[in-house]
Amino acid sequence: MADAISVSGLVKSFGSVRALDGLDLNVADGEVHGFLGPNGAGKSTTIRVLLGLLRADAGDVRLLDGDPWSDAVTLHRRLAYVPGDVNLWPNLTGGEAIDLLGRLRGGLVERRRAELLERFQLDPTKKARTYSKGNRQKVALVAALSSDVELLILDEPTSGLDPLMEEVFRECIEEERREGRTVLLSSHILAEVEALCDRVTIIRAGRTVESGSLSGLRHLTRTSIAVETVEPAGDLATLAGIHDLRVTDHRATFDVDTTHLDEAVRHLTRFGIRSLTSQPPTLEELFLRHYGDEIEHEAAA
Amino acid sequence: MIRFALRRERVRVPIYLLVMFALLASTAAQSESLYATQAQRDEYAATVTGNPGLIALVGPAYRLTTVGGDTAWQWGGIGAIVAALMSMFIVARHTRGEEQSGRSELLRANVLGRRASAAAALAVVTAVNVLLAAVVALSLIALGQPAAGSIALGASLGGAGLLFAGVAIVAMQVAQSTGGASAIVGAVLGGSYLLRAAGDVGDGTLSWLSPIGWAQSMRPFADERWWPLLLLVGGGAALSAAALALLDRRDDGAGLIAPRPGPARASAALTHPLGLAARLLRGALIGWATGLFLAGVSVGLTGQDVERLLGDSAEVDKLYNQAGGSLVDNYLAVSLSSMALIGTAFAVQAMLRMRSEETAGRAEPLLATALARPAWAAGHLAAAAGGAVLILGALGLGAGIADAVASDDAGRVPLLVGSALALAPAAWVLTGVAIALVGLAPRATAAAWGALGACFLVLYLGPLLSLPDWVMDLSPFTHVPLLPAAAFDAVPLLALTAIAAALAAAGLAGLRRRDIPVT
Repeated sequence: MADAISVSGLVKSFGSVRALDGLDLNVADGEVHGFLGPNGAGKSTTIRVLLGLLRADAGDVRLLDGDPWSDAVTLHRRLAYVPGDVNLWPNLTGGEAIDLLGRLRGGLVERRRAELLERFQLDPTKKARTYSKGNRQKVALVAALSSDVELLILDEPTSGLDPLMEEVFRECIEEERREGRTVLLSSHILAEVEALCDRVTIIRAGRTVESGSLSGLRHLTRTSIAVETVEPAGDLATLAGIHDLRVTDHRATFDVDTTHLDEAVRHLTRFGIRSLTSQPPTLEELFLRHYGDEIEHEAAA
Repeated sequence: MIRFALRRERVRVPIYLLVMFALLASTAAQSESLYATQAQRDEYAATVTGNPGLIALVGPAYRLTTVGGDTAWQWGGIGAIVAALMSMFIVARHTRGEEQSGRSELLRANVLGRRASAAAALAVVTAVNVLLAAVVALSLIALGQPAAGSIALGASLGGAGLLFAGVAIVAMQVAQSTGGASAIVGAVLGGSYLLRAAGDVGDGTLSWLSPIGWAQSMRPFADERWWPLLLLVGGGAALSAAALALLDRRDDGAGLIAPRPGPARASAALTHPLGLAARLLRGALIGWATGLFLAGVSVGLTGQDVERLLGDSAEVDKLYNQAGGSLVDNYLAVSLSSMALIGTAFAVQAMLRMRSEETAGRAEPLLATALARPAWAAGHLAAAAGGAVLILGALGLGAGIADAVASDDAGRVPLLVGSALALAPAAWVLTGVAIALVGLAPRATAAAWGALGACFLVLYLGPLLSLPDWVMDLSPFTHVPLLPAAAFDAVPLLALTAIAAALAAAGLAGLRRRDIPVT
């Protein structure tokens, strides 16, 4: 099975700033692939190179078995793009913008368009200047999802959407996956990536840091727990997957690998839980911790 | 905030002032040299006052027998319109323009009060209008005109600017976008102009309903009256106060009038790059076509009278007899060139629209579809170049109709339309410069305005300063045969078109190779 997207050693500089520093990315045909990284890591730059908007300084880039820079027009008929920051023409209505993008791409599936407008609750007769950020994003999403293409490239598509619409988005992506489409999804929202993606690539400072299936990267997910118990909780340190444990009297705070969360909570209930707060880690914390472990590992070895 | 606003205007304001200075100075100097003897001046004055069409178009003529009176007559009304437009643009940039870009949200969430940016805009526009009045007054005094008259003319223009600044800032509160607000100001301006025109031809009462009429009633160089200045400044202040009050009742980013819904589907024309570009230019195109049509009418109306108006002197010969043919035709040819040059601003603006689409982030989603870069650019190019042809056609049509009516010769219409259209290749060259910059040096696109400004200076100051031939040759407008006076010569037109095409090709090539967007 050929790769829909294959990038190796991609380099791109803007003046003296090296935005991409030898980046690798491989998206197989028919998979939903997550593309993660902190702000400024180079996700949007990579996507722009894939779209033929920026020319790579070095490296191999293949998209749908073609060269994104020189074959841009033919390749673009087979893909749809949702930008991270949607800017529309203020005097055009949402419906006109959707039609414009759809027809320039080669056509829209009418039934799908109508259905999506309904599901995303978007009024196509309003002028774009009156739309909130979320509604502008919906315009771009409807335009992309109602076209009949093989590949979807989505750059932080849900950053302005409310939870209900986020749910609609996830359903739509599930439908796309069932149709056999390939999706490259760049996102900061780990929960979304966990729910939708088969494989994930994590980049940082223009280089690929991790790439693999989610279960393989499960060790990245940890939950922070702050608990107050009736009896002082003991033996927490003996549990598997506990990190940064701090116990004072009746209170304990620690991070636990999500795979061991159940064990930890069961252990705590024995001591009578008075209050329990759990927080999923932020992406930044994850990365820092990830690299913190690596550095500790190297120091120990 | 004021300092911030001033910094943003530091390039445009000097250009506006320089243009006003150039126009006024060249008119005064020309007036001086054209009518060397008092008898010639008297004849000129009589001709003008006997021509109601001219009075309606330009304004009431007071003391045309003096250079000052002549200058005030020619520029009192039009200058007020220019000052009004300048004030409108400045106010727009710093009020609605900010809101539309979302920047004001950022600022307001900060320590500033609701009224702060509006107040800053007012402060800036007031300062600019005062500067304008000073520049006009001082330049005329420097040319030897009486001080009282010069100051009165300057004050009348600055005052008109202030009044329309007030109108603009009220409009910005009422409308839901800068475009809508500009339309309101444009309508008020147009209405003021028409009221004044009707009043001046009649018994003058209607003129008192028009701010332009107030400005002209200050009568620079003809026993000046100062109290209309109070009307102008007071009116501006009252409108501004009203606007600030309205501001309190309005949300950031919205207007007081709710927006209308639009079509839910795009028309087939819109989904084509040319259709999209044309749609984006629609408002500007209508405005410019209308303006140039009216300008053409004014040129045509004066054409047949020009022998009496300008008299017969060596100066007239120098300025208007450059190409053989009749004086009327020469006058028409020179006037059409000037108007066409002004109309070229539309073409440059339209071409640079491409670049502003890119920096606004609207080019990316388009280019991520199957739309090729050259096709996208070609759409904008065709809209700009085609639009230029349309507005030049409107210019020629206006001039042709007016001239045909004045001379009872219907054949003047196609003649003048053709003469105006012949200027299109010159406009295309400047359009080519703009697209070449967008493709090859996108951060320097402002240089296109510099090129236009240079052509402008060559045309208006060239004869005055007796610029050397090679400087004059730099402007494409110098090379267009002076129709309808001169014989038609296709060679320079083809050459200009070829140059424009080469510049466009260079721009497209650059666009193909560079990153999008370049910030």
